[in-house]
Amino acid sequence: MSEIITADVGDVLGYTGEMKRIGAILLKTVLLGISLSLVAGCSDSWNNPYPEATKQANTVYSAFAERPKHLDPARSYSSNEVEFTGQIYEPPLQYHFLKRPYTLIPLTAEQVPQPRYLDAAGKALPGDAPSARIAESVYDISIRPGIRYQPHPAFARDAAGRYRYHALAAADVAAKVQVSDFEHTGTRELVAADYVYQIKRLANPRLSSPIFGLMAEHIVGLKALGESLEKTLKAQPDAVLNLNDYSLAGAEAVDRYTYRIRIKGKYPQFIYWLAMPFFAPVPWEADVFYAQPGMVEKNLTLDWQPVGTGPFYLAENDPNRRMVLKKNPNFHGETYPADGDAADRQAGLLADAGKPLPLVDAAVFSLEKETIPYWSKFLQGYYDSSGISSDSFDQAVQFSAGGDPQLTDGMRKQDIHLITTVSASIWYVGFNMLDPVVGGLGEDRQKLRQALSIAFDYDEFISIFLNGRGISAQGPIPPGLFGYVDGVAGLNPYVYENQAGRIERRSIETARRLLAEAGYPNGRDAKTGAPLVLYFDTMASGPDAKSRLDWMKKQLDKLNVQLVVRGTDYNRFQDKIRKGNAQLFEWGWNADYPDPENFFFLLYGPHKKVTSGGENAANYDNPAFNRLFERMKDMDNGPERQRVIDAMLEIVRRDAPWIFAYYPKSFGLRHGWVHNVKPNLMANNTLKYRRVDPALRDTRRAEWNQPVLWPIALLVGGMVVVIAPAVIAWRRRERTIA
Amino acid sequence: MLAYILRRLLYAIPILIGVNLLTFALFFVVNTPDDMARLQLGAKHVTPDAIERWKVEHGYDKPLLLNVQASGSAQLTDTIFFQHSATMFVFEFGKGDDGRNIGNEIRTRMGPSLAIALPVFVIGLLVNITFALLMVFFRSTYLDLWGVVLCVVLMSISGLFYIIAGQFFIAKLWNLLPISGFAGGIDGLRFIVLPVLIGVVAGIGSGSRWYRTIFLEEIGKDYVRTARAKGLSEVRVLFRHVLKNGMIPILTGAVVVLPLLFMGSLITESFFGIPGLGSYTIDAIQAQDFAVVRAMVFLGSFLYIVGLILTDISYSWADPRVRLQ
Repeated sequence: MSEIITADVGDVLGYTGEMKRIGAILLKTVLLGISLSLVAGCSDSWNNPYPEATKQANTVYSAFAERPKHLDPARSYSSNEVEFTGQIYEPPLQYHFLKRPYTLIPLTAEQVPQPRYLDAAGKALPGDAPSARIAESVYDISIRPGIRYQPHPAFARDAAGRYRYHALAAADVAAKVQVSDFEHTGTRELVAADYVYQIKRLANPRLSSPIFGLMAEHIVGLKALGESLEKTLKAQPDAVLNLNDYSLAGAEAVDRYTYRIRIKGKYPQFIYWLAMPFFAPVPWEADVFYAQPGMVEKNLTLDWQPVGTGPFYLAENDPNRRMVLKKNPNFHGETYPADGDAADRQAGLLADAGKPLPLVDAAVFSLEKETIPYWSKFLQGYYDSSGISSDSFDQAVQFSAGGDPQLTDGMRKQDIHLITTVSASIWYVGFNMLDPVVGGLGEDRQKLRQALSIAFDYDEFISIFLNGRGISAQGPIPPGLFGYVDGVAGLNPYVYENQAGRIERRSIETARRLLAEAGYPNGRDAKTGAPLVLYFDTMASGPDAKSRLDWMKKQLDKLNVQLVVRGTDYNRFQDKIRKGNAQLFEWGWNADYPDPENFFFLLYGPHKKVTSGGENAANYDNPAFNRLFERMKDMDNGPERQRVIDAMLEIVRRDAPWIFAYYPKSFGLRHGWVHNVKPNLMANNTLKYRRVDPALRDTRRAEWNQPVLWPIALLVGGMVVVIAPAVIAWRRRERTIA
Repeated sequence: MLAYILRRLLYAIPILIGVNLLTFALFFVVNTPDDMARLQLGAKHVTPDAIERWKVEHGYDKPLLLNVQASGSAQLTDTIFFQHSATMFVFEFGKGDDGRNIGNEIRTRMGPSLAIALPVFVIGLLVNITFALLMVFFRSTYLDLWGVVLCVVLMSISGLFYIIAGQFFIAKLWNLLPISGFAGGIDGLRFIVLPVLIGVVAGIGSGSRWYRTIFLEEIGKDYVRTARAKGLSEVRVLFRHVLKNGMIPILTGAVVVLPLLFMGSLITESFFGIPGLGSYTIDAIQAQDFAVVRAMVFLGSFLYIVGLILTDISYSWADPRVRLQ
């Protein structure tokens, strides 16, 4: 048909051969546009990045910005790694999905273990025995029978019961690209020895586990095991380590379903580590399977192809493009929790109580490095949930007259829901306590730091730079953790004051007075008259950082104190902090577990960065605080512990080794078809609770993504308008030449 | 010609050693093996022992360039530089700091990079040459004038703007194509169209102006006048004669970049979620993964040398008067 039309038009206009061809191309383009329009009528959306067949799939669609580096539970620590390992591996404990404050409950364990205490002679001590008498804490952990691993070729056996894939040659692996390329799979029951095996793996020098150093201080014999393995590898660098040949005094299987962990002294926080993938089971078969020749060259390693008992297994691992988790067919019948509070019930979070988990069949995580396409795809319905970047904040959120965040009309129209929560983390400006100007515990230094703490108006900072996504910090403990006191009762009296029930920052006059008392009246040294110049080390760079740094300078301008910003890269910054060469610096900390010890230890003297390489970056060392910390860390939560914490808070607020800046608030969005979303800052295995409504999602996607075709018609029309005169001119010229 | 190619390939070896040495020096001026270990091990609970173990495990526990404690040739070979560089000359790139095999990554990522870069290159070349020839055809008319103005406007706009605007209008506002993503096989076509379209449009300005200049130079030559005198149509004159004679400078610019197409585009791949070598390189730089950075610089240098050799060969193909000796 198109050929006939083309020929007719060409004859009527009397074009030359070339012109006819051009005309044909133009008309074909128009016809293509019409065809596309017809196709559009048949298809829902052209911009759908997922295959048409998955439209109604019971799948969660999400994204990741940075590809995970490690998926081995002995190595993975970053949040973008635990996002995957948390769904695949199962440590003995987990956090209750709904309960607050955060509560540990059994996952594969029969119950949450209670430690037994032993003295130096190995005799049992009562539970309330003083810490000094406790030589060892013993945790006996019983796991539930009948839990099975995901299907995996490492477990596959032939008819004779021999492992099919434990004696492969490199040639056998040559044609394999992924684990699913192995024809046979198998499974086996989870046993206590698998947990012991994983604890030994923490000491494997080849794995460089980030928590080995920390755990070696606590688990009996772990340090010695690490040294022994290191020695072996030094002598035989290519040796295949069989960890079953090595014993570990601090971890042993008591029977098929019970294992024992021995901890040096008393370390109550250890229980929280038992809810992290570091303490999840790893079957020895997996290590044997992946250690075979040719596997590493194909990136077939436990670091990339996990083997777990969790609700999902990693069906597709292409960290360059997408990662797909699928429901583990061998998962052990865990059900959705039924014990939530009234608010949970009202929010519909108990609608699925008692239903078998997981509630979705799969989760697709696509690599999305840039925020613009991520945000656009979320609005198009192709991602179920999203964070809110600064660029899109105003489009998504507005603040009510009372200062409460709420969604904009556009978001509400799309049935998008806002989820906000205060992170279990803190940002602070640290003073190097070894610095001759700002450091030291003398009263004048305290007053100097208090003055600076008042001058840095972090309420303003939160408003300007964080779009209100933060809470001014009153101390090192963020909300949601034991020890945090809300409202005026919990204010930092050295920086804030109670004004008719409202927390107000102390006036700049107070700061000036404190500065004068510190020996710097009007920002000048009282003895020499020299202006007070402070140095702020930062890794921040770029236009956004510049405005923040300018803001910081302005804060000190209020005291007539000069702030010199020393920008540096990550490595140099770390180096300065390690060597104690910084004066003021900005730093943050995310909680590993919901215990105040995890924040106070950042100020514990023996953890000073300069002398011990610990996490006390400010090098703060107050003996009174240290003594209280040593007491507090071993105490159970209760009024007595709260009293100790209050005393510790008083000391650090007075000494002010940090300017307590803010607790960040995270804002997230989810579509109306996503259910069972409750922020849980400690749990990393919440995907199994997520429910989606695929039918509603499909309807919304079709509604929001109807192709707009007029631009194609306009483009074609525009081309005709531009090209037609050119064609005419061409024709004229050709005729002229002829 | 074979001798010429062999000679050029042998010349490449000292160049590649030099490039490797320079990359090594630049990288380790700003990064120490300790820095790399700290970055890989994360910010929490990192002990000096853990750093040492990481360095041993990744082969960064040796001296950088000279091992004074070793004897004989081991002084040079038992160093980070030699241990991490020698195998590259047989294209064994080893493992990245994340433990993944670099050679395998390169093989996997080359396809997606080519899937974008090759169509952009080929279509871009055709469009630019055609547009340039049309401007030459209409030289000294308003069409030529506005064509040049359009080119200047197009080349004045940042490449990032084309990407953002293209994604906004075509994928977000008009819902015509997926905004980002990638898939293998025929399903991947719909992901490729937008980045290719944007890549072509973004290159029209500079490409067409450059080719127009080349063709304008040719169009005034005697053989063109002769062709016209023979009664050939202007289309024939341009596309058969001028184009062929303008090939040498075109080849200079085009063939040399041909092998580099494997390396992908840093920004395009990042914005469109293309799992190619461009995004691999930028990720490695951000993660201070020296093994990957070194491998990609080596590969880039090697491909550039190959491109230069191919350019020389293409000269002799395009112009029989050129002989390779």
